[in-house]
Amino acid sequence: MGNTLKKVIAQSWIYGALTPFIIFSAAPFYVMLVTMFKRSHDLFSPTNNPFFLNEPITLEHLDLLFNQTLYMKFLGNTFLVGTAVVVITVLLAVPAALSLSRLAGRWGESVGIGIFLTYLVPPTLLFIPLSRVVSLLGLQNSLWSLVIVYPTFTVPFCTWLMMSFFKSIPKDIEEQALVDGCSRTGAMVKILLPLSVPGIITVVVFAFTLVAHEYIYALAFIQDSAKKTIGIGMTTELVRGDVFYWGALMGGALLASIPVAVLYTIFLDRIISGMTMSGTKR
Amino acid sequence: MANVQLIGIKKHFGGVKAVDGIDLEIKDGEFLALLGPSGSGKTTLMRLVAGLEEPTGGRIVIDGADVNDLAPRERGIAMVFQSYALYPHKTVFGNISFPLSVEKMPKAEMQKKAEWAAGLLGIGHLLDRMPSQISGGERQRVAIARALVRKPKVLLMDEPLSNLDAKVRHTAREELKLFQREINVTTIYVTHDQAEAMGLGDRIAVMHDGTIRQIGTPEAIYHDPANTFVAGFVGIPPMNFLEREGVVIGFRPEALLPAEAVPAEESMRLRFIVERVEDLGSHRLVYGTIGGTKVIANLFFRTPIAEGEERDFAVSNRDLRRFDLRTGERVRP
Amino acid sequence: MSTRRLFERETFLAPLLLSPVAVYMVLMVGFPFAMAFVYSFSNVTVGNPDFHMTGFGNFTAVLGDPVFRKSLLNTFIFTFISIGLVLILSNMLSELLTRQFRAKWLIRFLIMMPWTAPIALGTIGYLWFLDSVFSPLDWLLRTWGLLGKPHALLGPMSNMYWLGQPGLAMASVILVHVWRLLPLATMIRIAGMNSIPREIIEAAQVDGAGYYRRLFHIVLPLLLPVISVTVLFSTLFTFTDMTVVWVLTKGGPPDHSTQVLASFAFLKGIQGGDLAQGAAISLFFFPVLAGVAAVVLRIAKKAVVT
Repeated sequence: MGNTLKKVIAQSWIYGALTPFIIFSAAPFYVMLVTMFKRSHDLFSPTNNPFFLNEPITLEHLDLLFNQTLYMKFLGNTFLVGTAVVVITVLLAVPAALSLSRLAGRWGESVGIGIFLTYLVPPTLLFIPLSRVVSLLGLQNSLWSLVIVYPTFTVPFCTWLMMSFFKSIPKDIEEQALVDGCSRTGAMVKILLPLSVPGIITVVVFAFTLVAHEYIYALAFIQDSAKKTIGIGMTTELVRGDVFYWGALMGGALLASIPVAVLYTIFLDRIISGMTMSGTKR
Repeated sequence: MANVQLIGIKKHFGGVKAVDGIDLEIKDGEFLALLGPSGSGKTTLMRLVAGLEEPTGGRIVIDGADVNDLAPRERGIAMVFQSYALYPHKTVFGNISFPLSVEKMPKAEMQKKAEWAAGLLGIGHLLDRMPSQISGGERQRVAIARALVRKPKVLLMDEPLSNLDAKVRHTAREELKLFQREINVTTIYVTHDQAEAMGLGDRIAVMHDGTIRQIGTPEAIYHDPANTFVAGFVGIPPMNFLEREGVVIGFRPEALLPAEAVPAEESMRLRFIVERVEDLGSHRLVYGTIGGTKVIANLFFRTPIAEGEERDFAVSNRDLRRFDLRTGERVRP
Repeated sequence: MSTRRLFERETFLAPLLLSPVAVYMVLMVGFPFAMAFVYSFSNVTVGNPDFHMTGFGNFTAVLGDPVFRKSLLNTFIFTFISIGLVLILSNMLSELLTRQFRAKWLIRFLIMMPWTAPIALGTIGYLWFLDSVFSPLDWLLRTWGLLGKPHALLGPMSNMYWLGQPGLAMASVILVHVWRLLPLATMIRIAGMNSIPREIIEAAQVDGAGYYRRLFHIVLPLLLPVISVTVLFSTLFTFTDMTVVWVLTKGGPPDHSTQVLASFAFLKGIQGGDLAQGAAISLFFFPVLAGVAAVVLRIAKKAVVT
């Protein structure tokens, strides 16, 4: 007990040094939390402390958010696009990664690097020609435009991530399955895929969070209020000229941020190792 | 059970000739050890038999049928990898029964067969464990049980003992031999450890640079090496070589004895300069030179000898082997 | 050869499994990428079906545009200051986060949140923080007596108008971008740090190297590849991004004082419908992209050789 206390005291300088960073990172989210429960009178009194509730809690902002805005619609759209993009990404990236890491010889490495390079091409270089592609396909102002465009950034990274995952599974195990009576494809489906479930889950989560994060393509391709995803919906529809529904805006931003952030954080280490590997090793 | 024939088998990787024209016949029920230094092509040869590599040339025949165009699963073989390659997401039972479940065998029969194979190897009590929860020796048994459960025509083993620690390895070797005799399956066993090859193999094929340099019983390989490579590779320490009258003369370290221990009329006398003596308990290794060439003698531990000494040694004529100076091939008198 | 055999062959299976991605990437990245070049040398607009190649016309027009020149300058300022700050702060933060302390998951979660939460939503928090009337920052400054009194340090007015004054608006945009990028850079650096074998650090410790000597002579040199990759990626990302700018200021205050290349390309190409000029503007990303790609390729080649 005394030991634990000593440890905590010995560590206290770390907490002290971390505090400014924590405040810097978390303050906007903290203020979102306070603001969404603040009464309007409290919120719009410039002399009131904006970091605490000076009056009793209110749910009026949340009521406005859920019942009088398109917030739920935005969430639904994001979820829909996210799900479709995840499915497409897994269907494209997993076989490609299998091919590049397991089947292809030396050219697999080069093609893998080539695919990773396409991940570097920024959306702001592509959005103008892609807006033409989208309108040629008759998809302007449709969620489908996002569904076909988003894999341009999810597929390269996820292919890369799965490649490193497949490489970590020993080749022996797959060959053992061939000897044990599987065909080439059978060994992949029965042995390799079950072993790569953790990798596939990472891909699913990462592709989904990337969709939730995306802003630029959505801004360029979607104009209908009812078809907007969460990022552009919140920043364009809930901000009308000078009239800001501050409480609803803050509540909506926080409530959508938390699940995405939690999911991302759980898989953070795996995602980061995928990113650094790109440059440092292999 | 079946015999295996390799006819002119070649495997080239780009410019590298991993296997360079091998003819070999393995008899029904035979235990053949493929012995060679690393890079000699022995694992590639086994993978060719398994169908994991496609030959650049030549034919592979198992049980009278040409299997060149068959996938591994269609060849009636089973294989134990050096790493054991257990499926980490399946239980021991799941691992052993996997080859049967691929054949879509009924559950009850599968259960019976898997239990038979597990019983054979004494791992019946481990069926519900995961591979990560059992020891290295147990993993090796699971891998063998999985290989046998389908009653393969040919069993292929790639250094299956090399991942075990020294003590377990010794008992595992003994068991492996007993057990192979019992089920009498044609076996090809790859190893770089000559003690394993000598102890296990009915015959040994010694490989070097993609070719077989000699094939024969352990006794023949040891006592009648076909060339200087085999003579120098097999035996610890290896055979001694001296150049005499335009041929290479070879003799085993244990054949080099103090002159008084060898009858004079049927032997070759040699002047041995002793440099160093290594006591190894049951015997002692004596390092020295004969006419400037380094040689080693392997003597009984009581033989009196001292470092720096110069003595007459001799090798009995029946222990002398002659090799061609240029090709290294055996010259029969 | 039968179909069944075909599926056993690597030379057939490998291209087969890869082809969907290859086709998709060519159609949705390669083709648009080429189109971006073609557009920038043409007269194409959204309403105009008539299509001519106009040579370097767009580039001369763009380079002659004072707004473009301002955007280019802003992009460089935005990128260099952001990356510099991120680099310094992430080195400090990762040194702290690799130590042992309690409640690590929660603290890490809070510190990572600017990167893990959608950036547009996080920036909404800053819209409130930097509001012209209700800004909590201004409230703090007023409470501390730095603002809103006759002789206060920052002036007698009651608000700073963060997003309304050119210099402050640029500072705000940079602040939010640093806020967002810091967690990523920190995590990459920590991952790099964990990949340094403990033995090397311990050997240095045994050899009598103190903390700072270890940091500057052992850790940082070994981290150099990771740090350079971080800088490379963050530079490309910052140079071509417009999200923070768009949500906070839309390139304003009205006089384009926070306009960057990406937002200007959006303004011209998407909102203005002048695809040709928009494409010409975004083509200025190409040298940066090519530079980063070249370095990545060099690193990849080295990794393959060794």
